[in-house]
This record gives sequence, structure tokens and C-alpha cells, in this order.
Amino acid sequence: MPKHLLLIEDEPNIIEAISFILSRDGWSVRAHSDGTNAVETASRLKPDVIILDVMLPGKSGYDILREIREEPDISGIPVLMLTARGQTKDRELAEKAGASRFMTKPFSNADVVEAVRALALQP
Amino acid sequence: MTSFNALLAICLAYVFFLFVVAFVAERSAMQGRVRWLRSPVVYTLSLSIYCTAWTFYGAVGSAARNGIEYVAIYLGPSLVMIGWFWAVRKLVRIGRSQRITSIADLISSRYGKSNFLAMCVTIFFVLGTTPYIALQLQSVTLSFEVFGLAESVSGGGDPKTRTAFWVAIGLAIFTVFFGTRNLDANERHHGVVMAIAVEAVVKLAALLSVGIFVVWGLSDGIPDILERIDASEIGIWQVDGGRWAGITFLSAAAFLCLPRMFQVLVVEAADDAHLRTASWAFPTYLLLMSLFVVPIAVVGLDLLPAGSNPDLFVLTLPLSQGYEGLAVLSFLGGFSSATSMVIVAAIALSTMVSNHIVMPIWLRLTGVGATMSGDVRYVVLTARRVSIALVVMLGYAYYKLSGGGSALSAIGLVSFVGVSQVLPAMLGGIFWRGATRAGAIAAVVTGFSIWTYSLFLPSLGDGVIFSAQMMSQGPWGIDWLRPQALFGIENIDPLLHTLFWSMMLNTIAFFVFSIISFPGPIERLQGAQFVNIFQHSASPRSWSAGVAQTEDLLIMAQRILGAADALALFEREANRQKVSGDLPEPTPDFLQVLERELAGSVGAATAHAMVGQIVGGHSVSVEDLMAVADESAQLMEYSSRLETQSAELTRTARKLREANDKLTRLSVQKDAFLSQISHELRTPMSSIRAFSEILRDGRDLDGAEQSKFSSIIHDEAIRLTRLLDDLLDLSVLENAKVSLNVQRGRLGDLLDRAEAAAASNADGGPSIRITRNRDAEDVWVQTDLDRLTQVFINLLSNARKYCEADDPELTITISQKDGLVRIDFVDNGKGISIEARDMIFEKFARIGEQKAGGAGLGLAICREIMARLDGEIVYLPTTKGAGFRLTLPLEMALAAQ
Repeated sequence: MPKHLLLIEDEPNIIEAISFILSRDGWSVRAHSDGTNAVETASRLKPDVIILDVMLPGKSGYDILREIREEPDISGIPVLMLTARGQTKDRELAEKAGASRFMTKPFSNADVVEAVRALALQP
Repeated sequence: MTSFNALLAICLAYVFFLFVVAFVAERSAMQGRVRWLRSPVVYTLSLSIYCTAWTFYGAVGSAARNGIEYVAIYLGPSLVMIGWFWAVRKLVRIGRSQRITSIADLISSRYGKSNFLAMCVTIFFVLGTTPYIALQLQSVTLSFEVFGLAESVSGGGDPKTRTAFWVAIGLAIFTVFFGTRNLDANERHHGVVMAIAVEAVVKLAALLSVGIFVVWGLSDGIPDILERIDASEIGIWQVDGGRWAGITFLSAAAFLCLPRMFQVLVVEAADDAHLRTASWAFPTYLLLMSLFVVPIAVVGLDLLPAGSNPDLFVLTLPLSQGYEGLAVLSFLGGFSSATSMVIVAAIALSTMVSNHIVMPIWLRLTGVGATMSGDVRYVVLTARRVSIALVVMLGYAYYKLSGGGSALSAIGLVSFVGVSQVLPAMLGGIFWRGATRAGAIAAVVTGFSIWTYSLFLPSLGDGVIFSAQMMSQGPWGIDWLRPQALFGIENIDPLLHTLFWSMMLNTIAFFVFSIISFPGPIERLQGAQFVNIFQHSASPRSWSAGVAQTEDLLIMAQRILGAADALALFEREANRQKVSGDLPEPTPDFLQVLERELAGSVGAATAHAMVGQIVGGHSVSVEDLMAVADESAQLMEYSSRLETQSAELTRTARKLREANDKLTRLSVQKDAFLSQISHELRTPMSSIRAFSEILRDGRDLDGAEQSKFSSIIHDEAIRLTRLLDDLLDLSVLENAKVSLNVQRGRLGDLLDRAEAAAASNADGGPSIRITRNRDAEDVWVQTDLDRLTQVFINLLSNARKYCEADDPELTITISQKDGLVRIDFVDNGKGISIEARDMIFEKFARIGEQKAGGAGLGLAICREIMARLDGEIVYLPTTKGAGFRLTLPLEMALAAQ
């Protein structure tokens, strides 16, 4: 049974790229491109892994992550934070908000696949 | 009986002996052998001129009349020498370093070399010393009388007065010979000091001899004399505490202020180290002088007939017992006391008179250049000789007016109170920097006025100046102005009355006027030097010597110091300066030395004026000194500078804070900007990298996928390029270095061009219908046409990208007003939310979902361009859809290019 992955990202081309490489790795990828009701989508879908962008229209990725961590249903889902801002400060903010992994754009496809695999194996 | 001729011969022989002593001393001094002349012993003995005929004769008289009150006269000076040793030392040090010639010179020098003050003090001293000289005349006259010889003096009139007249003449001649024998008008008188030291020994020997004669000759030794003292009235008389304290204070004050005491204590002092010896030796001398006073008084009261003048017991006791030799010795003692006092007092006073009254007047009368012609020394010496005669004759006049009736000690005390009026100004001057000339003048004038009114004039006797009626009822019947009951204080001793009022009002006037007045520059400097004499060695006061002619100075110095001395001084200075030839440069230092050297002859004020005549052209060139000297101005300037500095610091601090705030804001902005750019660059790069990796892997991709991914990479690469273009564009615009290419153009043409460009950029994207009113577009503008077109393109692209209407439409309207052209771009979409309107012109301010890949720099660039073109771009809040208004001048101001 394929594992589910929720991609919260507003850039269409990146959605397309990530969907392509993960689908090829056997993932069932769903994308959500708006910040405002991303948490509801996550609650509804209950994916095995979430990939989350930081700069989203409507709501910041950090806020979404904090809300996910507070939602009992989905608080345990591993989240891979993906951001175009690569400063140390951003990494710290992500860790504080409860990110399981943190990667900066541009990323290596292999790294993303490997990170998602590893996150899925975590208890 | 010793005949008059014999006595006169003895006197003349004695005087001749003194001349020899003085002559030998002067000779030794000239040969440079001054060591033994200037020994502490000589210095101490010279101080003994404090003991005049008054103490020689009068102490016994005073003891016979008032008991041991006379001791107070000795107590004051002893206390000063022992307890105020340091103050005297300070005076001596000041006197030496400032070349002070007299007490008036000290006061004038301290208070800004004020000649007016010096003149006042001189006049007062002459007045104050007059009774004292009269006292000496009286005592010598009396002593002649004792020998019963007064009648022998030839001439008519009252025999006593006649004797006094001849004594006065004799003393005057004597003093002129002594004091101004040499043509050296310098302030030191080695010969005189030596002579009065010898006289001091004669006085002491005479008094001790009479004392020993009284104790062991007329009584049976010490136990017997003690019994006789106990038995006499002297032992019973009560001492009036107020008078005792008053006289002690008075004698202490007089010891410091009497011109003759100042002369020997300060002016003639060779070294302030001598004070160490004098501080114990002089009180010892006084003790010896007073040792036999009471025995002589007691035995005299016992043995001599009632009504004998106790002032003359010292003479009459041996005479009555037939010891003529002893009587003659005693006479010589009294004569010594009188002559030494008159000589030194006359020298001191004549120095003051010539330096502070005659010389300034002479300088003024003869004008500038006076110092260059004629012999100044001759003028100085003549002035001194005349002054001596004048001073002695004033004493005689006082003696004649007062009728010679008063007791010796009473006359002496009148004098004491007079000269003590200088005390506050003198002590204030050397211990208080705040003392000013105004304070000193007020003090001295106040003190002397009260003294003159309430003590000096009444002391002449009723009816001489003041009538008896005035004494008892006050002038014009004004009760509280009665001379001996001022302000209604009655029934106290007239001496204490005057002492109290004069010293109190004197001191008050001194402090009040010192505090309310402002010292001049020289005053401040002199004040600082006097008060801090032990710290200061050099004077900061200086002449600006640029115009000084050394030759002129030398000529002047020769006239005053004598040719040899002056040349020697100039040569020494030339050697010191290492100048070839014998004329030194007139440096400020040298001028100071010269001025002090001259001050030794003519006083500080006159010397200052003389040097000033040559160097500065003014009698006293205060202006020259202002720049360097005016401490107060400097202080005020310094403090105001500090204030300015502090205000400036505050301003700088505020500016720094503002700059810091601005930098912090800029730093925050820069961080945000960099962060934004990073994001904007990384997003397309992410897509490019992801798809290029997919393509590189090449696994199971069909043709359609390959083509699609390739075109995504292509689009994102173009997006990156555009972003970089926009950033560069914005950077150039913001840096104000953009050069404008101003041309004339028609708005319609520009809009056409923009529309075409926007359509080509759209490249298959959503399209928008553009409505224009071509009739209104026939407007010519003079501006940078390319930049304006760029704004149009941006606005058209934005409308195309963001207008969400089903049938998107953009209307462009043009209107003109007041030389301005307005171009409105309004679409039919939903418009921009109120919250977002504020930030749409900021960088990276994208709103809503980003579909078209803009970096969010478009409107920011538009705003910058419009600012450069002297126009503006605003959002139109009143339109239904999104509306932008461009405002532009029809012609750009040239200055803006």
C-alpha cells in the first residue's frame, strides 16, 4: 500500500517536480498550495509525511507547523521543512516550531527522496 | 651738673660714632662683605626700633600710672614673632621677591600697582606717624629739660618749644645725612641698619644699667625690690581687661603696620631664615627691656618728690642720687631710642612720599620721555630729603599744637591705632585672593577717617581743631556723631572706642567692597602671587616687548640705578641670553627683572609706569596684560566653551543615536531585502535544479514529459534573468546616479509602444482589453520617454496579470491641469484591498497568489522612475477596480536633469 505524502507548497513548478520524483519512488502525493487551510487538509488526509514550504500565501509555514503540532490527530506526523531562506535563523525557527527535518531550496532530488523515506520509517 | 655744651658734645660725638659705624658698614657692603652685616643678630637688633623713646621713658611712666598695662605693649609684638612667625615670613618672602620698598608699596603692589591706593596709604601713614615723631621730640626735649638746660638754648619764645624745634631740625639733618647719604636710592640701607643695631645695644645697656642701679644700688637686691613692689600701689592696681586686650592687639597690629617696623622687618630683611632667630631673640630683647620697668617705677615713686613726671624716672632717678655718668648713659639710651625711630620712620615715610606722591606727579608733569632726560636719581633723592624734612616738621607741628602736655604712652597709642588701619588690607592681601583694590581703598579710607575724627584730632586737645562744645555735643549738635561717642556708644575708653569702631568698620568695608567689586587683571595676578608666594617663584605678568628699545631701557636704568649698576645688570642679562654684544633682548622676563630692580628704587607702581612708558607707551599698559592676565575672562571663556562643548556633545550624541537608529532600521531593511532576494532567486533555481536532475537521470521519461520539463527550466531561467534585470534597474534608480535622456514625445505614441511591448511579453498568457481615448492622447511631454514607457509597460503587465474579471478591461484616461498631465490606468477587477494598498509600492510586495512569476519589483520600479521624472504614481482609492494615476509635469524642470 503506497504511503501518502502531503506537499504544502505554492510554487507550481516545484509541486510538479516533487510530485514527479516521489511518485516515481512509490509515494502517493497530494499537493496543497494555500497557507490558510493547510492544517484542515492535513487533518483530513492524515498523510504519513508532510513536506512544508515556509513562504506561503496566507499563512507562514512556521505557523502551519505549530498548529499541526498542536492538533492531536496529526501532531505525530513527521514534517520536512523546505525553505528558500537558508539562514541559520530560519533553521532554528523551524526546529523550534517542531520540524522533523529541514532542507533549503534548491535541493537535490535524491536528498528529498532519502529524507522522506527516512521520515516514514520513524516510529 | 653736666653743662649744655658737654651734653651737646656727647650727643654730637655719639652721632659721629654712629656715622662711622654706618660708613664702615656701607663700605663693607660695597666690597661685598655683607655676611656679618646681615646676620640674624643684626636683624634682631634692628627690630628693636620698636622700642622708641616712648618705651624707653614711657614704659616706666605707664607702669607708674597704670600698673603693668605697659606689658601689653611688649606682649603684642612677642605674640606676633612667636605665634605669627609664618605670617611674618610670608611678608618677608613677598617683600624680597617683589622688591617691596615700603608698606604703602606692598599694598599698592598687591592691589594692582594702584598708585591711588599707595598715595592714600602714604598720606595716612604720614598722618599716623606724625604723633609718634612728636613723641620723640617731646622725649628728647624733656630729657634736655631734666638736665635743666632748656633755657640755655638761644632764641625767643617758649623754651620747651624752642628746644623741640632745634631737636627737630637736628633730627631732620641727621636723618637726611643717614638715610640719603649715598646717591644709591636703593631700598636697602646697610649702614642705617648697622647703626640702629648699635643703638639697640646702647638702649638696652642704658636701661639695664639703670635697672641694676635701682635694684642693687638703691635697694637691697631682688627680695627687697619685690617687697617694695608689693607695698606700692602698682601691685594693687587692677588691670582693665578690655584695655589690656585692646592694647595687646594694637601693639601686635602696629608691629606689623608701622612704617619703620615694616622697613626693618621686611624691606631691610636679607633672608627670611633670619626670622627663625628673631622669633625667639626679639621677644627676649623685649623681655630684657621690660625687666626693670616696674622696679624703676616703684623706686622712683618712692624716692622722688610727689608730682615728678614718671616718664622721666629713668633719668631723674640716677640724677637725683648724684650719678651723673649713669644719667648721661640713660640720656644716650633715650636719645638712641628717639633718633633710631625718627631716622627709620623718616626713611620709610620719605620713601613712600617720594615713590608714591612726588614721583608720579613728577612723571605726569614731565610726561613721556621724562625718564630719558635729566637724572632721575637726583629727583628721587631730592624728593626724599624734602620728605624727611617735611615729616619731621609735621611731627614738630603736632608737638606744638598738642602743647606737649600729654603722657608719652598716650601719644604713642594714638599713632598705633592710626597705622593699624592698614592691617586688614595688608593681611587680607596676602591671605585672601578675593581681596580687591576697591576693598582695600574702602578699608583704609574708612579706618583712617574714623581714626582722624575720633582720636587724632581730639588728641590735639580741646579747642585746637574741635571745640569743647563739639566734643561734648557732636557736630551741629548731632548727638551720635560725637567724636568720642560714635553711634551713641558712650563711657568707654576713647582709645578702645576708636579701635573698636575703626577696626570693625574698616574690616567690614574691606570685605564688603572686595566681594562686590571685580579685580582687574594685574590685581588678580598680584593677588595670586602674594597669596601663593611660597608656590610662585616667577611672575606670570609680562610686557610685550616688541617695541621696546633696549637702549632706551638702559638709559632709563642708568638714571635710576646708576651707570655702573645698570650696565652690570644689562651685561648679566646679555650673558644669560647668550647675545653677542652687551645689550640683551628686551624679553618679557628681562623686563620683569628690570622692573623689579627699578621698583627697589622708586616703588612698584612708578617702576611699572616707567617701563610702561618705554615699552608700552602708556603709563600703565593694562591692555598689554589683558590677554595674558585676565584670568576671569579666561575662566569665563573656558566655562562657556565647556558649556558649548557639552551642548555640542549632547547634539552629537543625539545625532549618533539617530544615525544608529537609522542604521539599525536600514540593517533590518537590508536583512529583509536580502532574505527576499534569496527567496526570489532560490525558488526558480529549485525548479531548474529539480527538473534538470530528473532530465539527467533520464529514466522512463516520455517525449512529452521531456519537452514539458525542458520548457519549465527555460521559463524559470527567464524568470531569474528578469528578476536580476529588475534588481539592477531598481538599484540604479535608487542610487540617484541614473542619467535621464530627456526628449519630446507624444503620449499616444508612447502608449502604443508600451501596449505592443506588454503584448509581446505576455506571450500567450491571459489577455486584457485596453480602452483608450485617442483624441485626448495628443499631449506632448518633455521627459525621459523610455523610462516613462517602462512605467506604462509595467502597469499594463500588472493589469493583465492580476485583473481577475471575466472580461478583463483596462481603461486609460488622460487629463491636464496646471501644467501637469495625469494618466489614469483603471481596470475592472476587484481592486486591491485597503490593507495592501500601503505596501504595493514596496519591494517584493506581491499580493494574493503569485501566478505570473513577477518578483514584486514592478511597482517599486515605477515609483522610483516617476520620482526621477518629477512626477508621482499613486493608487486611486475611488475606482472600482485597481486604478493607478501617474502625474507628470508637461516639461521637466531643467534642474532635475
